[in-house]
Amino acid sequence: MEQILLKGLEGGKTWRLADYVKRDGYAALKKIFAEKMTPEQVIDEVKKSALRGRGGAGFPTGLKWSFMPRNYEGDKYLVCNSDEGEPGTFKDRDILYHNPHQLIEGMIIAAYAMGIKTGYNYIHGEIFEVYERVDEALEEARAAGFLGENILGSGFSFQLHNHMGYGAYICGEETALLESIEGKKGQPRFKPPFPASFGLYGKPTTINNTETFASVPWIILHGGEKYLELGRPNNGGTKLFSVSGHVNRPGNYEVPLGTPFAKLLELAGGMRGGRKLKACIPGGSSMPVLPGEVMMELDMDYDSIAKAGSYLGSGAVIIMDDTVCMVNALRRLSYFYYEESCGQCTPCREGTGWLYRVVDRIENGKGRNEDLDLLLNMTDNIQGRTICALGDAAAMPVRSFVKHFRDEFQYHIDHQKCIVSS
Amino acid sequence: MLGSESLKKIDKEVAKYPPDQKQSAVMAALRIAQEEKGWLSPETMGFVADYLDMEPIAVFEVASFYNMYNLEPVGKYKITLCTNLPCALSGANDVASYLKEKLGIGFNETTADGKITLKEGECFGSCGYAPVFLLNNRKMCGSLSFAEVDRILAELE
Repeated sequence: MEQILLKGLEGGKTWRLADYVKRDGYAALKKIFAEKMTPEQVIDEVKKSALRGRGGAGFPTGLKWSFMPRNYEGDKYLVCNSDEGEPGTFKDRDILYHNPHQLIEGMIIAAYAMGIKTGYNYIHGEIFEVYERVDEALEEARAAGFLGENILGSGFSFQLHNHMGYGAYICGEETALLESIEGKKGQPRFKPPFPASFGLYGKPTTINNTETFASVPWIILHGGEKYLELGRPNNGGTKLFSVSGHVNRPGNYEVPLGTPFAKLLELAGGMRGGRKLKACIPGGSSMPVLPGEVMMELDMDYDSIAKAGSYLGSGAVIIMDDTVCMVNALRRLSYFYYEESCGQCTPCREGTGWLYRVVDRIENGKGRNEDLDLLLNMTDNIQGRTICALGDAAAMPVRSFVKHFRDEFQYHIDHQKCIVSS
Repeated sequence: MLGSESLKKIDKEVAKYPPDQKQSAVMAALRIAQEEKGWLSPETMGFVADYLDMEPIAVFEVASFYNMYNLEPVGKYKITLCTNLPCALSGANDVASYLKEKLGIGFNETTADGKITLKEGECFGSCGYAPVFLLNNRKMCGSLSFAEVDRILAELE
């Protein structure tokens, strides 16, 4: 199976510049300069690859890059979103830690394609050791002339810095992240204007996820069409899936988009203790949960999962076996959104608290008969009524848990206890 | 108010941003200040505000928004345990009970000798190593069994 992001990383000691160069590192950048590829040609290649944003939204990367104003005279910024905090997701951490130069090269190429001179990589504060390593990799890249003035004699200049987050899930939302770099509370901005016209410090800005940038060097080196062929139409390339929960070997697995879920589960060592797969959240905690039997029939790509009623999201696959009480699982997730709401929009600030308190009382045997309808009614009043998607992210788990496991919630209400543990 | 080592680190952060955007370094400056002082007193935040030409309230807004800042004194060691769903599926709640019993404290409490503060955290993006806790905002400790917890606690002086 072709690997792009984790290729040649065995042993965890091959993250340095010299190791990266040995596995074709910085060859894509050199190719661009040697063949005098124009920025337009680079963007075209990325468009051909059908690379879609790996942070969760799945927006076509080449298209996003083409939104940047080309002849803008002032400063423009490139930002990498390494603020990975969606429960279940830990893929960017591994790219940053084991393959930092591939991200750096991807960002240099993106900067070249959009005529940008300054970039920031926003890394969440909880992974301090990873941050330090990326800092070291940046120093290596500067010393080798890959970052700074007149890169490799090309006349193109680009400087890249790390920025450390310090504990706020909301900063994964791109405009909250920009606010955070500006030294403010991470509260999302109303859109439009979009970052391509009004981004960091009010300047045109492009933000992509770590995994997205890290996929770019391979696309340039081997061609967009080759990348597309690795996956499926409209779902180009490979994807890192973070598998957590009740499996024998939790971890990151890089497979082509379109790989059957059953195969991914097998790669992760199968169900822990040979138990039954009860449910799976296929794209990070904000995405709708699906019953195990539905998951077993699915392929892991954006379109297949959307058809089944959930989303590929960040590629975080949370596996739950038949010992899990779905009310309790939802209770923990709802607490998370309540805790992490930035407080800006009333439906989210108040609504996430209401959702949590109602799920909590059902879990604790104090549920009322009208509670399930009340929960759904509350999600109606949150979804689509907030500045950013955190409100939707809080609502979608609630709707899907109640939809697929309504009997379990009803049992809690009727019997003041759990059907799973009784 | 802050030592010269800290100031040097803050200056390095300021240099990352455009000259008229010193405020961008406030998160880093607060982190560096906290690493020196252990927590962010109003005086420390005031100093950071002066240093970066910010209003004190703007600094406090940042310090109170991001949850890794300590707005109250903490023990010599701060343990932040993730109890979010992926960690919970791998035994985080058992580890929480074990830590609470062993240390004799609950979440958001500090041991009587001032050595250890226990906190509950949200996702650290490390679910493949679940359950995980973060030691003093720096060191991620993963695949926590009771034995592993014992080993880590024994190493804390």
